[in-house]
Amino acid sequence: MDELSARQLREKIVAGEVRSAEAVAKVFERIEKFDPEVGAYISTYRDEAFETAEDVDRRVSAGEAVGVLAGVPVAIKDNMCTTFGATTCASKILENFHSPYNATVVEKLLAADAVIVGKANMDEFAMGSSTENSALKRTVNPWDANRVPGGSSGGPAAAVAGRLCSAALGSDTGGSIRQPAGFCGVVGLKPTYGRVSRFGLVAYGSSLDQIGPITRTVDDCALMLGVIAGHDPSDSTSVDEQTAHVPDYLEKLDQPVGNLKIANVPKFNEGADEQVRAALDEALDVYRQLGAEVLDIEMPHLDYAIAAYYVIATAEASSNLARYDGVHYGHRTERPRDYVEVYSKSRAEAFGKEVKRRIMLGTYALSSGYYDAYYLKALKVRNLIRNDFADAFGECNCIVMPVSPTTAFRLGDKIDDPLQMYLSDVYTIAANLAGIPGISIPCGFDDKGLPIGLQILAPAFGEAELLRIARMFEANTDWHKKAPPLESVDN
Amino acid sequence: MEDLAYKVMVGLEIHVQLCTRTKMFCGCALGFGEDANSRVCPVCLGMPGVLPVMNKEAVEYAVLAALALNCEIAEFTKWDRKSYYYPDLPKNYQISQYDLPLGANGFIEIASGSGQTKRIRITRAHLEEDAGKNLHTAGDFSQVDLNRTGTPLLEIVTEPDMSSAAEVRALAVELQRMVRYLGVSEADMQKGHMRFEPNINLVVTKDGAEYKTPIVEVKNLNSFRALERSVDFEIGRQLGEFAETGETMQMGNKSTRGWDDAKEVTVLQREKEEAHDYRYFPEPDLVPVELKGRWLKDVRAGLCELPLKKQMRFVSEYGLSEYDAGVLTAERSTAEFFDEAVKAGGDAKRVCNVLTQVGLKLANEKDCSIVELGIESEGVAQLCGMVEAGDISASASAQVFEQMAETGKKPDVLARELNLIQKSDAGELEAIVNKVLAENAQAVEDVAGGGKKSKKARGFLLGQVMQKTEGQANPKVVSEILDSKLG
Ligand SMILES: [Zn+2]
Repeated sequence: MDELSARQLREKIVAGEVRSAEAVAKVFERIEKFDPEVGAYISTYRDEAFETAEDVDRRVSAGEAVGVLAGVPVAIKDNMCTTFGATTCASKILENFHSPYNATVVEKLLAADAVIVGKANMDEFAMGSSTENSALKRTVNPWDANRVPGGSSGGPAAAVAGRLCSAALGSDTGGSIRQPAGFCGVVGLKPTYGRVSRFGLVAYGSSLDQIGPITRTVDDCALMLGVIAGHDPSDSTSVDEQTAHVPDYLEKLDQPVGNLKIANVPKFNEGADEQVRAALDEALDVYRQLGAEVLDIEMPHLDYAIAAYYVIATAEASSNLARYDGVHYGHRTERPRDYVEVYSKSRAEAFGKEVKRRIMLGTYALSSGYYDAYYLKALKVRNLIRNDFADAFGECNCIVMPVSPTTAFRLGDKIDDPLQMYLSDVYTIAANLAGIPGISIPCGFDDKGLPIGLQILAPAFGEAELLRIARMFEANTDWHKKAPPLESVDN
Repeated sequence: MEDLAYKVMVGLEIHVQLCTRTKMFCGCALGFGEDANSRVCPVCLGMPGVLPVMNKEAVEYAVLAALALNCEIAEFTKWDRKSYYYPDLPKNYQISQYDLPLGANGFIEIASGSGQTKRIRITRAHLEEDAGKNLHTAGDFSQVDLNRTGTPLLEIVTEPDMSSAAEVRALAVELQRMVRYLGVSEADMQKGHMRFEPNINLVVTKDGAEYKTPIVEVKNLNSFRALERSVDFEIGRQLGEFAETGETMQMGNKSTRGWDDAKEVTVLQREKEEAHDYRYFPEPDLVPVELKGRWLKDVRAGLCELPLKKQMRFVSEYGLSEYDAGVLTAERSTAEFFDEAVKAGGDAKRVCNVLTQVGLKLANEKDCSIVELGIESEGVAQLCGMVEAGDISASASAQVFEQMAETGKKPDVLARELNLIQKSDAGELEAIVNKVLAENAQAVEDVAGGGKKSKKARGFLLGQVMQKTEGQANPKVVSEILDSKLG
């Protein structure tokens, strides 16, 4: 049963062949067995999960209608607000924060009868690429316990890879879904900015953040996207149905895209590890064999993406995180002398190093006298990158790239070198700046047995075709069928 | 101290609370005086993960006000975050408008005495959200009430075009009347719906040269009186300080003062204008706003004749005194009711008298406006016509007016029911006069005798006629008959 996809599991539950409660029991068995080592979850919700599962089972046997994720055990990153449990963002400052409301995506999961088994670990406030910045928990890569799962959605990716849930939701500001999906050998999709409501997603970089699925198959990815996509009146930046219709992502998923033109950016890929580049080349061969045309293009401004990103994201973060001040909720320092100390001490005590670093960077970038040189310039670069993509998509259906320059690195390897850590997002950041969708799918393993991810980028709101292109690859390869050897670790 | 010649320069920053149904960026109702933190939701509390949603009604109200202030309306405008830390600001940033205010380069006319107006330039008008309130009640802690957080505020900034405290007050009062006319704010001073921050300095002439005194901003004034008094106080204080120190305006020596209402003095709050860095940047959670086309046309259709213009028209068109015109135009509904009554045939001055002397008094007693008395403007016109025609006396018209409000009946019906119709039939009255003259020969003689006695005797005869008609004779007609009989 481990190897049933979320969609297959749902079908069996609806058909009465498998009970949701059984599936949930099996997931909790694995969580108990493996999560002490993997560390994917910050919190789990056994009682609530069984309650939901049994309700689904009851409704199935009563012949009542159930949702498209009926009885499927899912995990969500701990930066999505829930009325159950805490919403910590893996930060000491929100360690005991209980949200009075559910994020829109949580409401949508619940409305689809999904079973939320737990809230998964992440880099504090989604700032990081290894999940090592979590102040609450250490997550390791299910493929190698000495390596990072990637980040910031390391918990959700590890949970999906480790079969500690059927599917998960992560959030992606600069690669935080795609990079951990790549490191953990699973599928991760960052939708177009505005495709999924951000209401209830604790903000990091508001103009870049987007929630998306992390799954074992492209099929499940399409299923999950269908549940969470769409306009939300509570999020003004979510796009309405008239502007961009939400199609049935599953409907034509198995139909290959005809006259497929794939763009490759060889110059930009030069910085990637040899084995990563080799896997990319092999992936392109697969597409060629499927009749696709591969063309080499140049995107002159991609080199500036990281610089622009770390100005824009940190500027927005410095403002978004200003509310964590110890006054209204969250950690408050003891015995402050005055209200200024409530702020300074509460924040000094409860924010982690990387969060402080980014708040300071962003504050600096927005300061008068520096605004034009940093923030405004970064916005201009962002526009140039958008134009690069617009030009490229004039000639092709999609662009392929590595997900990251290397496979999963060792725990502790980059934690004291923020610049090296930032560079691990070099291939993913541009999609966030341009607001376009990108997917990471398994495309091989390196000589250490670590997964390699293939990234495919598509025009805004082109998720349906992007998923079909990804599915073409998946249908003709077996990489996604390999599971990490967790059993052997345990036994 | 030598006498120095000086000019006063005052610019105003005004915050007007808009009377929308809900807050600027969430669905909470606006309130006043409720239990602390009872009108809040995750959005206005600035909880993690929440997003603002723009209140379109607030934008309509703000643009309508900006149009009335003759502002250029920005076709493209946006929201910006203004960052500062304060406990009454839950997000520690305020959503405001920085470089693209929705209105700019406007002006407002204010009355400057004897039918003249003065134009005060409006620099900009923009929308923003209000903060909450810090409460320092007891103990070594403070409390925060966030009911007011997120209330839509229209911030209006003028050029330093006002040259006296009286002008500053006139602008404030005019603006209050204007936003009430437009229906965009209740502008209730008691509830803090209007808050003023004047920027004051002087241009002093000394030994043939001009010197500008350092600018002082007086913070958070909640009444017209405090506004006017603080400006007056500052003029005197700055003049004295200049005479003493000779300090002139320079970069960075603008200071901030508060108003002590009890002592009627301004008190220094911040010596030097701290280089406050608000780190403005575009609000990424909201989309830019386009103010144009059909939408703008519809908003513009909400404009009306503005109060000062109406007041001046009442003077020039109807010959009312400035005072009466001011009283009638204080409220839009009253002014329009007056206009309608005149258009329905009422004599302007008489309608004015009825409304200002009887109507407003009655409305005050009932704590409502004149239109809420339940009287039709046609009824008032008819009532005035009856006084004009001599059917009822001016004093009786007050009684009729009150009964119109009470019963909803028409004035002629009421005048009859109340026996207030005057006898003006000359024939009928002449018979009565003849009878009175016949019965009072001595008085007739006294009239003819002239002098002091004559006047008294004539009054006596008039009184006798009135008595015989139970007060229903038209005294004017009786008087004429008496005159003709007595010669
Ligand atoms: Zn609210």
